[in-house]
Order: sequence, then structure tokens, then C-alpha cells
Amino acid sequence: MSTEVAFEQIFGRPESLKTNPTHYCPGCGHSVAHRLVAECLDEMGLREKTIGVPPVGCAVLAYNYFNFDMVEAPHGRALAVATGIKRVHPDKFVLSYQGDGDLAAIGTAETIHSGNRGERISTIFINNAIYGMTGGQMAPTTLLGQTATTAQAGRDARLHGSPIDISRMLAVCDGVVYVERCSLTSIKQIRRAKKAIKKSYQCQLDDLGFSIVELLSPCPTNWKVSPKAAWAWVNDEMTKTYPLGVIKDTTGYEDKK
Amino acid sequence: MPSEKMLMIGSHVVAEAAVRAGCRYYFGYPITPQNELPEYLSARLLEVGGTFIQGESEVSSINMVLGASAVGARTMTSSSSPGVSLKQEGISYMAGMELPGVIINMMRGGPGLGNIAPSAADYFQATRGGAHGDYRTPVLAPAGGQELVDLTFVAFDLADKYRTPVMLLGDGLMGQVMEPVIFPDFIDLKDLPEKDWIVDGCEGREPRALFSMFLGQQGELYQHNLHLQEKYDKITAEEMRWETNCPDDAEMVVVAYGTAARIAESAIEELEAEDLRLGLFRPITLWPFPKPALRELSKKVPKVAVFEFSLGQMVEDVIFSVGERAEIYFHGLPGGIIPTPADVADFLRSAAKGDGKVGRRIDV
Ligand SMILES: Cc1ncc(C[n+]2csc(CCOP(=O)(O)OP(=O)(O)O)c2C)c(N)n1
Ligand code: SF4
Ligand SMILES: [Mg+2]
Repeated sequence: MSTEVAFEQIFGRPESLKTNPTHYCPGCGHSVAHRLVAECLDEMGLREKTIGVPPVGCAVLAYNYFNFDMVEAPHGRALAVATGIKRVHPDKFVLSYQGDGDLAAIGTAETIHSGNRGERISTIFINNAIYGMTGGQMAPTTLLGQTATTAQAGRDARLHGSPIDISRMLAVCDGVVYVERCSLTSIKQIRRAKKAIKKSYQCQLDDLGFSIVELLSPCPTNWKVSPKAAWAWVNDEMTKTYPLGVIKDTTGYEDKK
Repeated sequence: MPSEKMLMIGSHVVAEAAVRAGCRYYFGYPITPQNELPEYLSARLLEVGGTFIQGESEVSSINMVLGASAVGARTMTSSSSPGVSLKQEGISYMAGMELPGVIINMMRGGPGLGNIAPSAADYFQATRGGAHGDYRTPVLAPAGGQELVDLTFVAFDLADKYRTPVMLLGDGLMGQVMEPVIFPDFIDLKDLPEKDWIVDGCEGREPRALFSMFLGQQGELYQHNLHLQEKYDKITAEEMRWETNCPDDAEMVVVAYGTAARIAESAIEELEAEDLRLGLFRPITLWPFPKPALRELSKKVPKVAVFEFSLGQMVEDVIFSVGERAEIYFHGLPGGIIPTPADVADFLRSAAKGDGKVGRRIDV
């Protein structure tokens, strides 16, 4: 008589992620964010109706990692491209995934106006306070005093302006229904981020308006620290400039705390 | 059913033709002298269940076109010179990603803010690629009137056939002048060939990505560029358009496009009374420029006179085509004024005599 053993798989790769290894550095927040985006799509059954728009930035190759349809956009224009897509296919699920340079510098106009038009798009905003892809230049989100290859003595408010909080800027637009900032650097916050991403997806499914989830994300490589120190820096320093939590919520959903 | 004969301004004509050619998605930013086009579409597209968005800039507008095209729509944007400059990065991406789309440029005076009077000084930008990278954009140059209707249809068809952005190059005058036109019936989008490359959600198939970036170490970008070039060679071989109206005994052929050609036509008629036998060669595709046709013609006519609303851009393509087969004369008026047939007639008289009083002889 054979012994039957039942196995239940309790952890695996989400279907919305391809099996390709990513090019992200060890400790990079993009990897965690990709996984969350994918898990949420799977759990909400959205993969096959999703059209994603990656940024120009470290996540430019996201279409090699995400297992759904994607359309490249020029640097900063993801939300314009996503607008074109969503207006043609209002029944599809449209996602933009953008870094801080992409979304809050070169693409500021697209960001604010897509939000203001209330485009039914879910945006994942990876704020790592630096230009990762191009090698560590100052970002619009770089913290005061933080060094960058183009702000070698540290960001100085008089010289460079203060870090921009584009999520709060978006929150004043009527078309924006939900804005939340989470981090990717603690189990608790990762769980919180997942809930926020799902809620942002729901806003689109319910035709409420534009929503964005900002994710404070470590870039150990260009911050020139270890992954562990990078995670600690997000928790200890970045959250002072970018406090975590819900910035705007007019969804009326029950889970509001 | 085709429409009755209708009297409309050029910008409205292009807009209505686009709707009948199946365009349901327009994205653009206001700029004179083409505002009548988006204004018309802002109302018209609502009537036919389409979408009109006034973008926050020309940059965002062309990228909305990019997105709408990637998911399969017939889509367009329009602008005038400074705005078209802003669209260039997006056009380059569309060329690289092989996305169809139609861009209307109702040219105005430049450089910089220039003025709002007509001009044809964007020829280089339109025909030489315009933005970065090794790509070409088919450019159609209507001479106004019915051709605005016909070439708008052609623009959408070429864009889909070759998966490329296509530019319709008019000017501010053409956009404002009222002329009689007849519109063909609305096409049925279902009659168009299926686009099997679009991205619309991966239900029932493997996911697709549309992109212009090729980082591979095996020469992927090199191969992609060769593939694009093959397409441009095919367009060059198959899609050149021009119109020739040249008597066998002509002593000179005038080369002009768009509004300049219309004005040249009037000048040619005027000069018939003075016993000058002149022909007209009018390129309709500016890229690909109809070089072989002009080359053949220049073997039969001793002189070629080029007239442009710019200080000399198309003339370079004429020189490439004609070489030393005929004498080439050039007269260009900078954009930003409205030239008259008399301006052109003076030039043609002078070129015929070869006295160098108006315009100049090009030393090839
Ligand atoms: C028009 C244009 N300007 C500049 C660049 C170069 N560039 C590529 S990515 C990037 C910044 C990326 O930073 P961010 O958006 O913060 O993304 P990250 O890499 O940090 O995730 C820049 C400046 C470009 N590709 N295109
Ligand atoms: S450079 Fe920074 S953002 Fe880019 S992959 Fe590496 S850690 Fe991530
Ligand atoms: Mg960044």
C-alpha cells in the first residue's frame, strides 16, 4: 500500500510574472514592487485584460518580466500613452508603472493632467529619490542633504529646490480619487502596499477616477549603501520627507480607517 | 453614400475626411492657424461615438496617439509648425515601434514663434525624419480642395499598410480657404485588414509588447534598422505620387508643391498670354520624393524652375533629381506672407530669360 501525501502549494510565482530573471540590483525595490503588482492582478483576475505601460528608467524592461500586454512610452509619457490606450479600450485594465524622474520631473505635466482628467488608470509610482537608470543623478524627489552625482555636496533647497511631493499635488485634483504612500521596506508596509495596489485597481474597475500608489523604494546601488542600510534609510529618513499613509481617498470604500 | 458637394474650409475638410476614413480618436493642442480642425472634431467625434482630447501639450497629444495606435485604433493629431516640433520625439518612437498614425501640420512662419501666416519651411523637418534615428515618415502634400479629402484617406491607409506614422503637410492658408469638396462614404472599420500585432490584453494568447528599444548584444537594433529600411525602400518603390501638366514643347517646367503649386499654376496661365510655354511638376509625396519622374521630365525640358514658400528646402531634392540634365532656377519666399501669382510670374519670366533679376540660377 502506498502512502499518499497531499502537498498544497502555498507560495509560488504569480502568473502575471514571467520566469525571466530580472536585471534589478540586490535589494532593489523594483523587484518587490513587480511582485506586488503581479500578485494583485492575479488575485483580482485581471492579467488577461491588462495593458501596462512601463517607464523609461530602471524598469524600462518591465515587459520582459510582466506576463501581460505592454506598450513602451517615451521618458515621462507613460500616462499620455496610457490615456490613449484607456480611451480606446475603456473595458480593459490599464496600468502605468513609473519612477520619480519619469513621473515627477519630465512627465509632470502628463501626471497632473491625467490625474486631473480623472483617467481611469492605476499608477504605481516608484519613488527612490534618485535617477537609478542613468547612474545616480539628482531626482525631483531627492531629499535635502542627500548626495547625487549632480548634487555632490547634497541637495540644497536654495540651489535645487526642495523635494517635490507630487502625490500631494495630485491629491488636489478632483479627478484623482485615491492616493496612498507606502514603503517597500518592512513586512508590514509591503502588506499595506499590496492592499493599496488592490484598492487602486478597484478604483479603475469601479470607474471612479485616477488613482496612484507611491512606493518608497530603496536603490542601494546609487545610494551607495548596502541593501540593509538602504532599507533602513527608507524607514528612518525618507519617511520624514514623505510620510506614509493615505493622502486622499474619496472612494467611499468600506476599508477606510 | 458620398456627400453632396460641400463648401468648407480646409481644416474642416481634413477633419471630416479623417472621420470618414475611420478615425475616432483625436488628440491635439491648440495652435493657430489650424484651430478650426480640433474645434470641428471636438463636436464631430462626439456625434460618431469617438473621443476627442485636448491634451496638455503637443508632447502628450502625440503620445496619446501612440497609445491609441498601439491598441489598434485609427488615430490622429494635428498642429502647426512649433507644435509639430514638439511632437518629434513621439513620432520617432512611433516609427521605431512601427505604429500607424496621422500627423497634420498646417505650416506657419518660423523659426521660433515666427508668425501665423502660411509657410512651407518645415519641409526638411517633415521629409528628413524630423527627430532622432534612422527613420522616414511618408509625407503627403495636398494642394488644397478635393485633394485634402483624398489624401487624408490615403494617409490613414498608408499608415496602416506600412505600420508607420504619416504626415499630411498643408499650410495655414490651405487650412483657412473655403473650397467645394465631395466626401466619400464612411469606411466600415470592419472592412480594414485585421491588425494582428496590436496590444489589447492577452486573453487567449501569449502577451505582446510593443517597444523601440533593442539592447541585445546580437545586433538586434542593427537588424531592426535594416528591417525599417526595407520598409522605407518598399514605400519608395511603390508609393511615390506626383502630378505633371507639361506641354511637349515646354521650354521650362515649374516645380512646386502645396499652395505654392496652386499659385504657380495661376502664374503659368498668366504667362501663356506672353507666349511662354511652361509646364508644372507637382510632387504629392514629398517623401518619397518622386525623383525618377522628375528626372525623366528634366531630360525633355531645358529648364527647371523651383518655387517654394521657404528659402530653399525642396530645391535640394530637385537638384538630386535633375542634376545637370537641365538648368535649375530657384525662387523662394520666406514663410509668413501670402505670395501672389505676380511674384511667381516675375520669377518665371526672369528664369526664362536667364537674366537673374528674380531668383537665382542654381550652380549644380
Ligand atoms: C527624453 C529623455 N531624456 C532623458 C533620458 C535619460 N533617462 C533615462 S531614465 C532617466 C531617469 C530615470 O529615473 P527614474 O524615473 O527616477 O527611474 P529609476 O531608474 O530611478 O527607477 C533618464 C534621465 C531619456 N531616456 N529620454
Ligand atoms: S540602480 Fe537602483 S533602482 Fe536601478 S535596479 Fe539598481 S537598485 Fe534598483
Ligand atoms: Mg528614481
